[in-house]
Amino acid sequence: MNIVVVGLSHKTASVEVREKLSFQAARIPDALACMGKLEQVSEHLILSTCNRVESYAIAKDADIGAEKIKDFFLDYHGLTGDVYRDSLYSYGGREAVRHIFRVAASLDSMVVGEPQILGQLKDAFDNALNHKTTGVVMNRLMKKTISVAKRIRTETKIAESAVSISFAAVELARKIFGNLEGKSVMLVGAGEMAELAARHLMNNGVKSVMVANRTFERAVDLAKEFDGQPVKYDELFTEMVHADIVIASTGAAHYIITHDDMAKVIKERKNKPVFLIDIAVPRNLDPGINKIDNVYLYDIDDLSSVVESNIKERQKEADLAEEIIDQEIEIFMSWLRSIDVVPTIVAIRENAERVRKAELDKALSKMGDITEKQKRQVESLSQAIVNKLLHNPLITLKQSANLPEGSTRIEAARALFGISEEEPEDGTTHEEAAGTTEVEKA
Amino acid sequence: MNKVLYGVTLFLYFLASFHYLLYLINQRESIGKVCRITAIAGFAMNTLAMLHLTFYSGHVPLTNLRESLFFMSWAIMFIYIILEYRMKVIVMGAFIVPLAFLCMLVSVTLPEPSVIVPAYLSSAWLGVHTSFAFLAYAAFTISFATSVMYIIQERQLKHKHPGTFYHRLPPIEMLDELAYKGIALGFPLLTLAIVTGAIWANSAWGQYWGWEPKEIWALITWFIYAAYLHMRLVAGWRGRKAAYLAIAGFGIVMFTFLGITLLLPGKHAFK
Repeated sequence: MNIVVVGLSHKTASVEVREKLSFQAARIPDALACMGKLEQVSEHLILSTCNRVESYAIAKDADIGAEKIKDFFLDYHGLTGDVYRDSLYSYGGREAVRHIFRVAASLDSMVVGEPQILGQLKDAFDNALNHKTTGVVMNRLMKKTISVAKRIRTETKIAESAVSISFAAVELARKIFGNLEGKSVMLVGAGEMAELAARHLMNNGVKSVMVANRTFERAVDLAKEFDGQPVKYDELFTEMVHADIVIASTGAAHYIITHDDMAKVIKERKNKPVFLIDIAVPRNLDPGINKIDNVYLYDIDDLSSVVESNIKERQKEADLAEEIIDQEIEIFMSWLRSIDVVPTIVAIRENAERVRKAELDKALSKMGDITEKQKRQVESLSQAIVNKLLHNPLITLKQSANLPEGSTRIEAARALFGISEEEPEDGTTHEEAAGTTEVEKA
Repeated sequence: MNKVLYGVTLFLYFLASFHYLLYLINQRESIGKVCRITAIAGFAMNTLAMLHLTFYSGHVPLTNLRESLFFMSWAIMFIYIILEYRMKVIVMGAFIVPLAFLCMLVSVTLPEPSVIVPAYLSSAWLGVHTSFAFLAYAAFTISFATSVMYIIQERQLKHKHPGTFYHRLPPIEMLDELAYKGIALGFPLLTLAIVTGAIWANSAWGQYWGWEPKEIWALITWFIYAAYLHMRLVAGWRGRKAAYLAIAGFGIVMFTFLGITLLLPGKHAFK
């Protein structure tokens, strides 16, 4: 019984290859059903996003299973050729578990720490649950994967720093002002990016919005959208005194705010800091403005360099995440070993032997004087009963190692014979696993 | 007994400094916890040691350089712990706690002076005068540390190549505000120290003001911080200029405290 991962991602395949091999959401049930017909492969699910197409499965033999699934990926899409086959990677056992954990924790994503992948994985799991293509091992693995991803999210800062231009603007505003509660923002000109940044700022506490535009009607319209104040263009600088953050994005071909304009504004503000964001190309604000004390001017390139630095920062946090994954792999692998058939049979035998011995001693001590021969008779009687009772269950268990539903049987046997040393919360059933993911989705 | 308390305090401050600096590099919640525990434990030990010293010697432990530095580290930690509790910004400790550790380290390495205290030093005014002075110094230390942090973070923001500090230091407005508050707290304390010092001088030597080097430098310190507050409140000085002034002010404080004490003769020189 081996966990197998087969797939491709933005790291191994170009978008042309990815789109050829991807599974559209509507076709996933059919694909799951087809995959179920594969020999060797028992539990399985399919994850298909724009950056990755993967299948997680349980196979009798990791290598053979992986080859079968690769064949399936190509056959299902009617593809042939090494281009496609070579772009597929596969992992087995411990490395497969590591890969799944890393994908869910967004360590393998294009933007490390982006949150969508976990939701996509949950959906893929739900889909498989609905079509009953997973079993004890896969359910347990997915539940663990989700909890590992959450642990990494809370214990590391992997998703903390901003990795988009508009969020970088919010982050910088926070680095300057701290709390944005009660701060005000002024939009000069309108553009998609400027509006997006303004919205992010408002979501982070900024209350008052001023909108200036060359055509006053446009300013009025936009102000309505933000529940803000329109500003007449010739009053731009008198009003700017009240703005802590200014976002400029006009189509003007020259600087609309010069060094001297800003020097006057900052003097009027009694040197209270101002954060200027110039999203326009060509730029709207004189770069020399940044030399004024307490004025922080960022143009689009500056914001990009902040984003770049943040991506590096996330990479550092990723190292810590890898450590967490190492720990969690150990925990999962030891559970996986415990549900193997051999240790289960050994445990059942030991358990029976213990009971037999205890009962035998009790009985013999009550019998008083009996001959050595009689004693042996009683002993072999106890042995015979135990062996006869265990014979069928143990044979069935041994065979179940070769069956697709084997792990379910082993798990059941462990429960029936009372040898599962699990904490109750880990004894996830099909229904429980489905239930929790539903709640998380809602 | 006191040697043990000294030693334990020093050790805890060392541990705290180490972890605060570590936290600056690696902001893990677990490290932050160690920071908090060692800082508070060190402060508790420091307090115990000071109480012990006070009862043992029968006077406020501020009669020599050794004791003064000891008190200084206590005062810095006192203000810092309140600050951390209120602001919830652990990073600041990396800039402040090592200063308390340094004071403590120098204090411990200084030789223990004779137990006999000159008569004029056992006056109650002395305790009041020196306590005010060192509490003021501690407040200025906080202002100095936050100003240094401000300068670093301001540079990061102006130069737009955000490095390690950009991700770790608190917002500049907060740092600017704290630097201001440190001085707003230290200045009245310094004023009180000068006034009570004058009263004490009068009772000990019959004159309020003797134009001693230390008195002159204390006055210079007072004027610098008065200028800081004036420029800030009236001329709207903020940010970088204010931070440089606060750092300069602290330089003068250090000179007044250590330079005068060690280099120049006079009644303020600790023997």
